[in-house]
Amino acid sequence: MARIKIPRKSTAIDMTAMCDVAFLLLTFFILTAKLRQEDPLKVDVPGASVKLNIPDVDMATITVGHDKVFFGVEGTDIRRALLEEMGKKYSTSFTPEETQRFIVTPTFGVPMNTLKQYLDLSADDKKKYVQPGIPVDTTNNSELFNWIYQARIVTKNLHNKELRFAIKGDSHQEYPKVSKIIDVLQKQAINKFSLITSLNQGK
Amino acid sequence: MAELDTSGGGGKKGGKVRSKKASTRIDLTAMVDLAFLLITFFIMATTLAKPKAMDTIWPDKTKKDVQLPVPESRTMTVLLGANHTVAWYVGPPGKTPPTVDNFGKNGIRKTLIENSKKIEETHAAPDNYMIVLVKASDKATYKDFVNILDELDITGIKSRAVVAITPPEIGMLKDNKLY
Repeated sequence: MARIKIPRKSTAIDMTAMCDVAFLLLTFFILTAKLRQEDPLKVDVPGASVKLNIPDVDMATITVGHDKVFFGVEGTDIRRALLEEMGKKYSTSFTPEETQRFIVTPTFGVPMNTLKQYLDLSADDKKKYVQPGIPVDTTNNSELFNWIYQARIVTKNLHNKELRFAIKGDSHQEYPKVSKIIDVLQKQAINKFSLITSLNQGK
Repeated sequence: MAELDTSGGGGKKGGKVRSKKASTRIDLTAMVDLAFLLITFFIMATTLAKPKAMDTIWPDKTKKDVQLPVPESRTMTVLLGANHTVAWYVGPPGKTPPTVDNFGKNGIRKTLIENSKKIEETHAAPDNYMIVLVKASDKATYKDFVNILDELDITGIKSRAVVAITPPEIGMLKDNKLY
């Protein structure tokens, strides 16, 4: 009798479909990726049940935590113009390199008199440097007041839109400091602003 | 790589030597590996939990004539004390002693709903809604403040105001050891 030969099946797997899916996902993630930015001031945002997303444009964020206040505004064109205006106001001039460095800084917390030195630091030194925060007081001429005021003017001029504000506060920040910032905003008749929260449902 | 040679020893028989035809199959394993590696990287690097914004609207301080008188019997005052505590009272200050409460489903949220119902029943429509005054003490944290605003959102109480705390109210908190 002749032995019946069973044809052995190939173990090769067709990878084409898998490869297609992998690259499709990859493309999706690359396109939607907005790289996580390192915040100079670490804040633990309180949770709430609101589901509204914050807009990406014409937005200024005031970060408050550990009794320090940081300021940041979206948009490179706005940042460039803002630095120029603030330089004029505090009679400091910035070199093109310093302006370029300012543009790529999303949030900062240095007073005007040390801003120039801060921008001159190298990337490594900048990480080590502990930013003291922007001075705030209740007068109409504090630095935070001016940053906010100039940012609004610049946004109005460049984009013809009202700048929106958000307060990003640390959970453990004591209320008086937050109240002070709200006062600064209200002094400029900004009566609508957002509080940044993270989502936690049904607690 | 991904293929095992299962052809079973062929070519033992003699014969003409033929040039082997190269397979048109390409081994995609390495490519898939790389693709998944990159996917993993991009998943890790993106911010998935986007921060949310709680919109708040505040009264215009520059205009003095827009303030309405608040009927005291319909107001509930919420005081924020130290260590995430709350105390509340209904009506004019000093008339009823404040009740100490805590945050959460069975704490201030329940109170807000109950008080709102009570006031709705005892007052004539249409002016029978409850007005909540939030007064944060210096010992309260930002988290408490956001929490109480969130509770007001959840319970659907639209008439609310954030007011500066007064010394007698700090005294109330002190009496209850919340300050």
